[in-house]
Amino acid sequence: MIHNDTLLYLDGVTVSFDGFRALNALSLVLERGEMRAVIGPNGAGKTTMMDVITGKTRPDSGKVVFGEATDLTRLDEPAIASLGIGRKFQKPTVFEPHTVWDNLLLALAGDRRPRFTLWARQSAEEGERVEAILQTIRLAEHRGRRAGDLSHGQKQWLEIGMLLAQEPQLLLVDEPVAGMTDAETEQTAELLREINRTRSVVVVEHDMAFVRALGVKVTVMHEGAVLSEGSIDHVSADPRVVEVYLGR
Amino acid sequence: MSRTATTTCLVLVLGGAALLAVLNLALPADAPLHVPTYTVSLAGKYLSYAMLAVAVDLVWGFAGILSLGHAAFFALGGYAIGMYLMRQIGTRGVYGNAILPDFMVFLNWKQLPWYWHGFDNAFFAIVMVLLVPGLLALVFGWLAFRSRVSGVYLSIITQALTYALLLAFFRNDMGFGGNNGLTDFKDVFGIPLHLDATRDGLLAASAVFLAVELLIARYVVTSRFGKVLIAVRDTESRTRFLGYRPEAYKLFVFVLSAVMAGVGGALYVLQVGIINPSEFSPANSIEAVIWVAVGGRGTLVGAVLGAVLVNLGKTYFTGALPELWLFALGALFILVTLLLPDGLLGLARRRPRAAPAGPAPEPEPAE
Ligand SMILES: Nc1ncnc2c1ncn2[C@@H]1O[C@H](COP(=O)(O)OP(=O)(O)O)[C@@H](O)[C@H]1O
Ligand SMILES: [Mg+2]
Repeated sequence: MIHNDTLLYLDGVTVSFDGFRALNALSLVLERGEMRAVIGPNGAGKTTMMDVITGKTRPDSGKVVFGEATDLTRLDEPAIASLGIGRKFQKPTVFEPHTVWDNLLLALAGDRRPRFTLWARQSAEEGERVEAILQTIRLAEHRGRRAGDLSHGQKQWLEIGMLLAQEPQLLLVDEPVAGMTDAETEQTAELLREINRTRSVVVVEHDMAFVRALGVKVTVMHEGAVLSEGSIDHVSADPRVVEVYLGR
Repeated sequence: MSRTATTTCLVLVLGGAALLAVLNLALPADAPLHVPTYTVSLAGKYLSYAMLAVAVDLVWGFAGILSLGHAAFFALGGYAIGMYLMRQIGTRGVYGNAILPDFMVFLNWKQLPWYWHGFDNAFFAIVMVLLVPGLLALVFGWLAFRSRVSGVYLSIITQALTYALLLAFFRNDMGFGGNNGLTDFKDVFGIPLHLDATRDGLLAASAVFLAVELLIARYVVTSRFGKVLIAVRDTESRTRFLGYRPEAYKLFVFVLSAVMAGVGGALYVLQVGIINPSEFSPANSIEAVIWVAVGGRGTLVGAVLGAVLVNLGKTYFTGALPELWLFALGALFILVTLLLPDGLLGLARRRPRAAPAGPAPEPEPAE
């Protein structure tokens, strides 16, 4: 059932914490080039799903296949990152003491080994790549600022920029607009659509208006499994989804 | 860690050492500005402590590894050079044995243990000063960082490491002189150790090694490697998701730091003339951390400042009010932690840009 254009395939993934099933035989297929929105109430297992894909958490059972036939459950975080999977955390996580520029420079795809970074000098090509990302994430004027001094929304964008710098095939974005103003939320939706022109994206989000603005296929998670899948109108009309959201 | 602070520190260390040496050597003993040889050796001892402090700051300040066992690397470097100095004694020992150090003759040993071979050669001993602490750090760090031991657990096992070595080196049958350690050294590289000129030369050497250590450490922390290291210190898991291997970064800097501490220990032993197991005592490692905290963690230069100032205080107290020293040290540590979280150097740095920006919130780890 896996097509050639499948990028990510989760099959019956189960994760338990002390007997509690955070993921319960979760299955999900993501096409190459697709953007998918994942919604669901708090505790549905959305972040845990990202933990499994990125190697932070090992599933008790189930398969996670990336690309042709790479089994991600056998790899650790740096190895998975090097395969081309980038992740944005729920809480913005940037390198606070470093400048915006340095944050992007450290994220640029390239040799990660100490023996390289110890002698590395910024190349002209690296400078151009950082410059281009600064334009995309609209932080060009802030390049010299300490990342810790940025506003919440700016940090979110910087982190998305760091993801872009990694040049991943797949971006996993966890609640990017939490705590953002309406204007920032709108700009973020635009930014993600722009990114999706060249890369596959999975966005976890609570904000329905934002998900609607993205206009992509939606997966609703509940109690560690998929409850419903389809267009935003389709899932909002699904009685099980209505019950989960209203029953809270 | 700014360039000017580093330059100032280098000038003070090198200039100060040169000045003391010249005032010791060139002026007659009764001249008012004459510096006694005792002071020269004391200054040299402080600089060797400063080398340990910079090594501690490198791992604690920039990689977040709070090592409470760094004095072990310092002591191992000291033992390595001490073994060379013992073998240099030759027939001038109490028992006049050309091969065996006095304590082995005393224990009725007939043969030099295998691990003492080669230490009659200065070059071999110098290699061991670097290699022994470096190898121990490599093995220890590889095990600890690979299993993602960090924070307080890591601190505890570093403390256990130095404590285990303390107990081991106390044993006579380990072959390192037991309780008494190694002492009664006569000369180094064929030069008598008791000569004033030798003392002055050792002080100068300490200053030069400290300067080189500072420059290397500064290069490392300002390189791209250093930026990754700081990122690992603050948000380790984030660096993993970017494809970095934090354990490789920590291991490199931990080994480098251990080697630096070992060199400091070798210079220390050359100037105090003795190395015994008490150098492994956990309190020594904790003191080194206090020096760094007092001077300013994560600044390198602050480590030098802290090591020299605290040890000046220690010399004064242990002379004037010996029973009060530990209380004074404890009080100092508490005061610095509460009032000067960035140490003395932070105090100097904060003043110029106090009002406008306000301190940025500390980053939290991602997990
Ligand atoms: N490391 C962990 N240990 C124990 N329970 C966890 C852990 N991580 C997540 N959980 C639990 O798993 C469930 C799913 O959490 P999460 O994936 O964060 O949900 P979501 O991101 O959808 O809000 C929650 O009930 C949470 O408490
Ligand atoms: Mg979550």
